[in-house]
Amino acid sequence: MNSLFTPLSWDDTGYILTGVWNTITISVVAIVAGTLLGMIVGFARAESNKTVNFLFGSVLDILRSVPLIIQLILFSTFVGAIGHPMNPFVAGSIVLSLYTMAFMSEVFRGGFESVSKSMQTAARSLGMTYWQTIYHIRFPIGLRAVLPSWMGVALSVIKDSALVSVIGYMELLRTSEQLISRTQQPLEILIGVGLFYFIISYPLSHYGRYLERKMAI
Amino acid sequence: MISVQNVHKSFGDLEVLKGVSLDVPNGEVLSVIGGSGSGKSTLLYCINAIETINSGKILVDDVDVHSKDTNKDKLRQKLGMVFQHFNAFPHMTVLENAALAPRIVKKMSKEEAIEIAKKELEHVGLGDKFDVYPTRMSGGQQQRLAIARALAMKPDFMLLDEVTSALDPELVGEVLDTLRLLADEGMTMICVTHEMGFARDVSDRVAYFHQGVIAEIGEAKQVITEPQNPLTQKFLSKVR
Repeated sequence: MNSLFTPLSWDDTGYILTGVWNTITISVVAIVAGTLLGMIVGFARAESNKTVNFLFGSVLDILRSVPLIIQLILFSTFVGAIGHPMNPFVAGSIVLSLYTMAFMSEVFRGGFESVSKSMQTAARSLGMTYWQTIYHIRFPIGLRAVLPSWMGVALSVIKDSALVSVIGYMELLRTSEQLISRTQQPLEILIGVGLFYFIISYPLSHYGRYLERKMAI
Repeated sequence: MISVQNVHKSFGDLEVLKGVSLDVPNGEVLSVIGGSGSGKSTLLYCINAIETINSGKILVDDVDVHSKDTNKDKLRQKLGMVFQHFNAFPHMTVLENAALAPRIVKKMSKEEAIEIAKKELEHVGLGDKFDVYPTRMSGGQQQRLAIARALAMKPDFMLLDEVTSALDPELVGEVLDTLRLLADEGMTMICVTHEMGFARDVSDRVAYFHQGVIAEIGEAKQVITEPQNPLTQKFLSKVR
C-alpha cells in the first residue's frame, strides 16, 4: 500500500542544507548588526547622564523582556497590517537584530564603563583627543573585557534564530518540522537538527575561549 | 614658566582652592606638600586643564590654560603628567605604551616614535622590558613606565601627583631615583608628594598647602627643617 508518508532519504540533503544555510545567514546578520548597534548604544549609554539612560534603558528593557517569539509575530503582523508586508527573512532579521542589540548594548556598556576614569585621564594628559582616547584606549580595553559575554550572547542568537520559523522563514528548525510532517520520523530528524546546532555553535565557543586566552591582559 | 594667579576652584559647595598664586620658573623643582584635601592635587589637575577653574588665571609659557581659545590637547603635550595610579595601558607592551602618544598625537612615523620610546624607557631603566606587558611588572616599574611615557612627548614641564603613594615601601626608592635624575637634568617639575626627604633634598622650593591656600612657601631645606608657619610646623611634626 502506498503511504501518505515517505521516509527520510538522501534526496532531502539539499533541503536540509538550505535550512542550515538560512540559519547561518540570519544568525550572522543579527550578530553583526546587533553587535554594531549594541556597541553604539552601549557606548552612548556609558557616556550619557541618568535621564537619557533611563529613556534608553526602558526601550531596551522592553526588547529584552518581551519573548522573542511574540516580538516576531507582532512585528510581522504589524508591518503587514499597515500595508508593507515583508518577506520573513527581512522581518526576522530586523527583529532578531534589535533583540540582539538590546543584549549586546548592556554587554558593551559594561565593558566601556570598566575602563577607569583615571586611565582615560592619563591618556588625555598625554595630549590624546577625546576620540583618540576612545579608539586607542577605551575600545580595545573594554572590548577585551567583554569578549566572553559577547560570545555568550552570540551563541544564544544562533539558537534563538530557530524562533524566526514562526513567521515562515525556512531556517533549520522549520525545514526539519516540514520533514517531520512528511516522514513521521521526529526522533531522527530532531537529533540530527540538534547536532547541527551543536556543530555550528561549538567551534564558535571554542574559538572564543582561544581568543580570550590570547587576548588576556 | 608656569604662573598660577589667584586661582579659585570649587567642587559644588566645597571650595578646594581659595586664591592660590604661584610661579614656577623653568628649571625649578617645586614640591607641594600638605594634608589630604588641602587642594594640592587639584592644583595640578587645573594646570593641566583636566579640571576647570572658577576664577583666576593659569599661564603656561604665557598661554592662558583655561581660555576658550586654547587648544587643551596641544597644551597638554607640553605638560607631562604622572599620577598616583600608574595607569599603564594594559593591552599594549611597554614599548607600545611609550610610543603611542608620539605616534598618534605628534604624528611621528612609527620608527621615530619607537626610537624615542626606547630612549626614554632606557632613561628610566626599563631598557630590558620593551616587549613585556605592564601587568607583568612591579608597581615601581609601572610607575617608571608612566614617567617614560610622559617624557616621550618631550614635555617642557612635569606634573607629578603623589607618584609614590600607591607603591610598596621597597619600591619607592627606584621611582624617586628616576625623579632625582630628571631634576638633575634640569626638568621643570611640580611634585605633589608625601616624601619629605625627597622634597628636602631634590626640590628647590617647597610649598605647604593648608585648606586651599599656600600657608608657606620657600627654599626647600628651610621649609622642611625650619618651617616658619605654625601650621607647617604642626603638619611636619605629624608626618615625620
